[in-house]
Amino acid sequence: MTTYTQTKPAATRGRRLRLMRSEPRPYLHPYLAGILLGVVLFLAFFLTGNGLGASGGVNRLVVFVEDLVAPEHVDRTAYLLEMAGGSENPLDSWIVFITIGTMIGGFLSGWLNGRLRFETNRGPNVPVRVRWLMAFLGGTIMAYGARLARGCTSGQALTGGATLSAGSWVIMFAIFGGGYALAYFLRRFWN
Amino acid sequence: MPPFPLPLTDLLGHWGAYVVYLLIGVGFGASLEMAGFGNSLKLAGQFYFKEQTVLKVMFTAIVVAMALLFLTSAVGLLDFNLVWVNPTYLWPGIVGGLIMGVGFIVGGFCPGTSLVAAATLKIDGIFFAVGTFFGVFLFGETIGLYDSFFYSSSYGRVTLMDVFHLPTGVVVLLVVCMALFMFWGAEQLERIFGKRDLAREPKWRYGAAAGLAALAAVVLFLGQPATEDRIAWAAPESEQALSGRRVQIEPAELLSLMHNDRLNLIMIDVRSESDYNRFHLLDAEHTHMQDLSAVAQRLLLGPENTVTVVMSNGEAAATQAWRILTAESVPNVYLLGGGVNAWITTFADESFLAAYPPTPAGEDQLAYQFAVALGDRFPAAYPDPEAFEIDFEPKVTLSSRRGPSGGGCGG
Repeated sequence: MTTYTQTKPAATRGRRLRLMRSEPRPYLHPYLAGILLGVVLFLAFFLTGNGLGASGGVNRLVVFVEDLVAPEHVDRTAYLLEMAGGSENPLDSWIVFITIGTMIGGFLSGWLNGRLRFETNRGPNVPVRVRWLMAFLGGTIMAYGARLARGCTSGQALTGGATLSAGSWVIMFAIFGGGYALAYFLRRFWN
Repeated sequence: MPPFPLPLTDLLGHWGAYVVYLLIGVGFGASLEMAGFGNSLKLAGQFYFKEQTVLKVMFTAIVVAMALLFLTSAVGLLDFNLVWVNPTYLWPGIVGGLIMGVGFIVGGFCPGTSLVAAATLKIDGIFFAVGTFFGVFLFGETIGLYDSFFYSSSYGRVTLMDVFHLPTGVVVLLVVCMALFMFWGAEQLERIFGKRDLAREPKWRYGAAAGLAALAAVVLFLGQPATEDRIAWAAPESEQALSGRRVQIEPAELLSLMHNDRLNLIMIDVRSESDYNRFHLLDAEHTHMQDLSAVAQRLLLGPENTVTVVMSNGEAAATQAWRILTAESVPNVYLLGGGVNAWITTFADESFLAAYPPTPAGEDQLAYQFAVALGDRFPAAYPDPEAFEIDFEPKVTLSSRRGPSGGGCGG
């Protein structure tokens, strides 16, 4: 397999059976990773007719918990009712299984490539707690936008991009637009 | 008919089908991880020009999947009508997309990549993922305040081909060219801002680019199946259903469907506009034959309990309309047996029938001479089911749908 940096330390060879590799392997070359991701996306469409997604699964997990805690509230809210009204089980959906699979796949790949470690990736000038707070905030904002747009980077940009959905292409450019518009003001945070 | 996408639920059962989705998810998560998307610095780097991994991976994936999709569709392996195409809601999409961009640069992930980051124990990824749970919760609690905006500017299933009025192959080729140009630009940015030595980039990427362009050219050359091709593919099955009269429902059955609250009944009237104005069934939509393919695109997005019934004066035009809709993979399509003429004979009151006896009409012509255009202002447009006790042989069954089931992140 072609990797991003061609040199592979000889010492790590033959140690695959160890629980954890001592050296993390380099990431795939972006184009190769893209081809791989594209084939997975194609197979999803080809076999099932559905694309990929992430925020939809998260959404249904949240609704599931809400339905456990406050079933009457769910039954009174039109948006939640669709997924969990009455005896409807919000977890009984293909997107939930894609989401669970995504975590398993990420874990397996991280494990086999020695990238499974507790760490916080952050800009050099940012305290770790600030990074955590920003990550939480960013997640909240991102997920809110993803629900409003009926899909996130996976469910709209990737999935709708490949099927040439007009709305998804607009959303894709809006995501990049929003990111670039704010990037300048956050440059100290990431660099 | 094209064999793909597979009718997974019929093949593997309700939960068995989910195993396929689980495996697809594993492939998705693994690809994201191998691309480096578990690392927020790699993702955020996109917005500072130094590192263009996000753009390269995303657009490579999009164009590869797109080329394979339309290639398999062109050769009749994949039914594109059964592939989920995200419906367009323009303004909620734009606003949501801008908000997502903000979340991306603030948090350094998107929902999918944060799951992968959390699974590989990145603490910032875990915080982001918890944030997505909170954001989704907030949305569910607040959308009721402005849901008219959420459902506004809805255009249904529209593709770039519809927007630009271009054949699919042309759009595919243009998108590939645009992606290759963007890759070139991205590499220039990495050279200038990221001080990267492009000479060390692998040479195979030129071959891959050429291969992709060739694939797009093949898609352009082959073209996508037209309605006529689809009718020919469907013919063996559909002609059998027609000659066995398995899809021609009696007027009495249609009346019972009209009063069945569990069904989403769509009635499509393909007669001439003047006949439609003279008399039509309540809630029947008038549609020209040539618009049926467009109507099919809308029907494909309908809920799973949708039953579509097409009708003409007799059966000839309705039969052709049935062929078109079935060939476009619309599920649960039936036609009114005997047509509107039979409907009137069954449900018009005796005084009307006495005043306007049916005249011998040509094939598929209205047999009743209405003095004025009644439209649906006529008792027979919406007969009282209590007044008619007619036995019929029920033919309508809801088939389980294969293909799109409200997909994407919408799930």
